[in-house]
Amino acid sequence: MKKRLWRIIIAALVFIVALLINNIEWLQIAMFVISYIIAGGDIVKRAVTNILRGKVFDENFLMSVATIGAFLIGEYPEGIAVMLFYQVGELFQSYAVDKSRRSIADAMDIRPDYANVKRGDEVIKIDPDEVQIGDIIVIKPGERVPLDGKVIEGNSMVDTSALTGESVPREVEVGHEILSGCININGVITAEVTKEYGESTVSKILDLVENASSKKSQSEQFITRFARYYTPIVVIIAVFLAIIPPLVIDGATFSDWIYRALAFLVVSCPCALVVSIPLSFFGGIGGASRKGILVKGSNYLEALAETEIIVFDKTGTLTKGVFNVQEVHPKGVSREELLELTAYAESYSNHPISSSLKQAYGKEIDNGRISDVEEISGHGVIATVDGKKVMAGNIKLMKKKNIAYFDGELIGTVVHVAVDNQYAGYIVIADEVKPDSAQAIMELKAANIKQTVMLTGDNKNVGSKVAKELGLDKVYAELLPADKVEKLEELFLQKSKKGKLAFVGDGINDAPVLARADIGIAMGGLGSDAAIEAADIVIMTDEPSKIATAIKISKKTLKIASQNTVFAIGIKIIVLILSAFGITTMWAAIFADVGVTIIAVLNAFRALNVKNL
Amino acid sequence: MKKRFKLEGLECANCAAKMERAINELDGVKEATVNFMTQKLVIEGEDEKMPTIIEEAEKVVKDIESHVIMKKA
Repeated sequence: MKKRLWRIIIAALVFIVALLINNIEWLQIAMFVISYIIAGGDIVKRAVTNILRGKVFDENFLMSVATIGAFLIGEYPEGIAVMLFYQVGELFQSYAVDKSRRSIADAMDIRPDYANVKRGDEVIKIDPDEVQIGDIIVIKPGERVPLDGKVIEGNSMVDTSALTGESVPREVEVGHEILSGCININGVITAEVTKEYGESTVSKILDLVENASSKKSQSEQFITRFARYYTPIVVIIAVFLAIIPPLVIDGATFSDWIYRALAFLVVSCPCALVVSIPLSFFGGIGGASRKGILVKGSNYLEALAETEIIVFDKTGTLTKGVFNVQEVHPKGVSREELLELTAYAESYSNHPISSSLKQAYGKEIDNGRISDVEEISGHGVIATVDGKKVMAGNIKLMKKKNIAYFDGELIGTVVHVAVDNQYAGYIVIADEVKPDSAQAIMELKAANIKQTVMLTGDNKNVGSKVAKELGLDKVYAELLPADKVEKLEELFLQKSKKGKLAFVGDGINDAPVLARADIGIAMGGLGSDAAIEAADIVIMTDEPSKIATAIKISKKTLKIASQNTVFAIGIKIIVLILSAFGITTMWAAIFADVGVTIIAVLNAFRALNVKNL
Repeated sequence: MKKRFKLEGLECANCAAKMERAINELDGVKEATVNFMTQKLVIEGEDEKMPTIIEEAEKVVKDIESHVIMKKA
């Protein structure tokens, strides 16, 4: 690229010298020719080889014709200026494209170079590819976590921004999972590897970014189609312009009309147009990835701006998907006692309810205190704890055992408890709404989303409570996974023809729905592989509010793309009209054309900036 | 079968569009896409014709932008 810049500078210097020596004509012309050869020799050469291969309408050929034509009618300075400016435009374009490619490659530079593996008493550096599950790795401050693992020693703060766009560091300690691609900030951590490199988060993300489907946006398809016809049409008009008026109009000269035709050829190259659209989308996708939003193709980024209906899965998407004890209502026993007995009775089960009870109880379970555990499927559990017969389960269990229980309306999963056949109260366990869910729905409505819908397999009470709390427009509860696709089909009928329907899920049980929606968005992509596979957009963090961010990025990118299209085509048409009437010069034409390229490229760069949306 | 290539030195967006169009017209190609920004070429084509498709595609690329190198990705 430096070489090209020097060539332009030298050609320009020779050109200026030539303009100054206006008293010796042969020398001046010789200098002009030298300047031209330096500036555009490669273009003419490429034009000739292309003609030999039978390709006529390429930009090298057109530029050669325009500039050599200018020479032939004695307009030497014009010919050189056109070639010089054209080269400046090309150079700027490749510089911009290169810079944009590089800045995104940098943002995605999360590949770890090595892993420190403990072998006996030694710690050795090896390629992350060679590390096996179960190996012990040491991560020092400042190093990148090479593979997914579980911390077994030490604690530290880790920077997850490369994966999630989240700038606040996360604290990790013994027992926590650490993800490859994060950077360890302060403490030394020792971890046991849980996934091979190829299966680790960092490989998955790189694979997704590098092999994202090459599906093109409609604006890009439009512009390449336009470019295909634009050049030949301009050239044909130029030929007519050069030949017909001098023959038909009285007093019209060939040199005047050929000059006008040459000015036409100067703006016949569609490059500025064609480059600015993919550049904008690339910037938009890059900007989104900095926010922890991975978009698999320009077409999805484009579709996002046209979203009318957003359908959410509840558990894990709008709610945390973690069950917590919300209420404890004892009867005849103390609160602690109820919690303790229930936690013990349920301790053998691996159901999420059991773990949330254990967590609320907060003490170690002493297995010696439990005996005679009997699980009744679909009902609950009966166990002897400290010699007392504890029954814990749903209403069905209470009815079966003829125990009078509290029969009010409760929201969530309710565990009724009886001790020695006496009702002892109930415990309500429920999922919690994510802290930014309500804000997410509000922002989506502000972004003109017509309908927000929630689908859930949970019961109606829970479903409508969450929907009301978050301000969702509709909720469909008690759905089996297969019902979700059916509901989606119904919702498809409610949108306009151009509008798009997006589905947001966590990838567990909803891969078919993700695939069926116009835009499938997977949340918390750090966990589920199925989600990364099936979705079109992956949100790396657990925040539903990122969907609104993604829509804003999409709208901004589209706006930039259409500004560039209208601006570039508009200027070209104006220049064409002015040239046809002989109002403009070749200088002005090339100046306008290169100017458009530069402005369009700079405008496209704005898409990369996602700081203030 | 799907094959991916990297087009090193791809600088002109219009040329990328031309390559895509030309490769799509090759015999046996189901779908070919050239992503200008990521410099990636993806060809989906009939298995048995793949070797000739790749050869022809290389020629197309060279014809349109002679300095571009088509590499296996």
